[in-house]
Amino acid sequence: MARSPDHTDERAALVRLVRDEGARVLATLVRTTGSWQLAEDAVQDAVMRALDRWPRDGIPPEPRAWLTVTARRRAIDLIRREAMRDSKELAALELRVADAEPPDHGVVRDDLLRLLFVCCHPALSVEAQTALALRTLGGLSTEEVASSLLVSPATMAKRLTRAKRKIQVARIPYEAPSPEDLPERLQGVLTVIYLMFTEGYHASGGDGPLRRGLTSEAIRLATLLRELLPGQVSVLGLAALLALHDARTPARLDHDGEPVRLAEQDRSRWDRDAIERGLALLGLALRGSVARPDPFVVQAAIAACHDLAPTWEATNWPAIVSWYDVLLTVGDTPVVRLGRAVAIGELHGPDAGLTALETVEGLEGHLPFVAGRAELLARSGRVAEARDAYRAALELPTNAATRRTLAARLDELG
Amino acid sequence: MPQYAALIYEPGDPDWSAVDTPEKQQMLADYGAFGATAAAVLRGGAALYPTTTATTVRVNGGKGGDVVTSDGPFAETKEVLTGFYLMECADLDEAVRWAAQIPAAWYSGIEVRPVIDFGGSES
Repeated sequence: MARSPDHTDERAALVRLVRDEGARVLATLVRTTGSWQLAEDAVQDAVMRALDRWPRDGIPPEPRAWLTVTARRRAIDLIRREAMRDSKELAALELRVADAEPPDHGVVRDDLLRLLFVCCHPALSVEAQTALALRTLGGLSTEEVASSLLVSPATMAKRLTRAKRKIQVARIPYEAPSPEDLPERLQGVLTVIYLMFTEGYHASGGDGPLRRGLTSEAIRLATLLRELLPGQVSVLGLAALLALHDARTPARLDHDGEPVRLAEQDRSRWDRDAIERGLALLGLALRGSVARPDPFVVQAAIAACHDLAPTWEATNWPAIVSWYDVLLTVGDTPVVRLGRAVAIGELHGPDAGLTALETVEGLEGHLPFVAGRAELLARSGRVAEARDAYRAALELPTNAATRRTLAARLDELG
Repeated sequence: MPQYAALIYEPGDPDWSAVDTPEKQQMLADYGAFGATAAAVLRGGAALYPTTTATTVRVNGGKGGDVVTSDGPFAETKEVLTGFYLMECADLDEAVRWAAQIPAAWYSGIEVRPVIDFGGSES
């Protein structure tokens, strides 16, 4: 029987609800049982039951309480089956898991923060951090995490198992960092969320919806982080940055699913609501970051300049150049310098852009650099050099649409 | 409480048995200071002679086979194991905080590894 779109939406909303609440139940259960694997097995079971029953019997009035009770019952079953523990230890553990009431909001909040910081602990590789965050906080299955990060399910299962084993045997503490460690650890968490977003954002059309689902997972995690750490400037900055980039999604791919460059996007298709949300978050972040500029906030400010411009040509380039100058003071990287050089090229003309580009090192094999340089050379009338640069750009791996654009530019030069 | 081995790796295979330069003297003083500060968590440790004094032992053909010895370390690497501490810490974060105070961490690196508890003692 064919399902109506309503049914699919309903199902998606249900899955979302179960996963969100499941992550919260998991966070508490990891703490009370002290065993990641046990907690995960128990919550997995509760989630399966919910997905099986709720569509039939209706969503219970308190979904989280339902999931908590079901997962706890399962956890106790699993503990009883474990032959390793002696009876006294078992009884104590059961008592801790059974805990009279479902935990209140504050406890759940603290447990989720713990889970988040463990997933993004710097003793784990960034790949492991991303996978763990998607698996435990996003509630994705191992197979879904595998296909969204482009690795085989077997590799992903191994990666997750290895990470969880390290957490257990090396005793990565199930704790949120102390206030003095918070800023640094938070940067790690934000970086993982940002990388998750860009993975999905730059996935091209053929990669399937799961790849692009990474952007919504990242936005969800940023929203969660905003709830958990209200008023944190970097968190607001990241949330703003993601919203302002995500707003361009409807115009980012052409009919064939190939990416369209910012300069050529149909701006009427941008998501105005997302832009408004991003701007509001950016406002809050800017008000909070007076002492020291925050890289995410500054990047969000640059994204906002683009989102507010009616056309590429009418962009507020002076503002963008000064934001890049600020960005250089907190993180001087070749990619930042490249962005600044492109903005200078728009503001002061191609020759100034080329001069700025001379300070960029190590991006010779990076398409935006090579293509950006080619364009500045062409605009500056240095035709022979521009031709060479376009040819060099065409040598680099990229998608069909970008290749067509580059070839067309090369043609125009005659 | 879990125990961690803090394995000290250094470039250039230094000989810590000869304290013949002011730098080494200073370094030894720094290690002494670490030993005093970290006394509460240290459960053991040793400084090792250079890998030129190392002998690698293998038994060909498995258990009961021929003992074959060869001159030199198990693996030739740029950075060599020059010593280690055994530390007892509440968790990895604490172990990392201590490891960061071991002088070799400032110019080379410390590998922190959890120690397997085979039971028998109170954990």
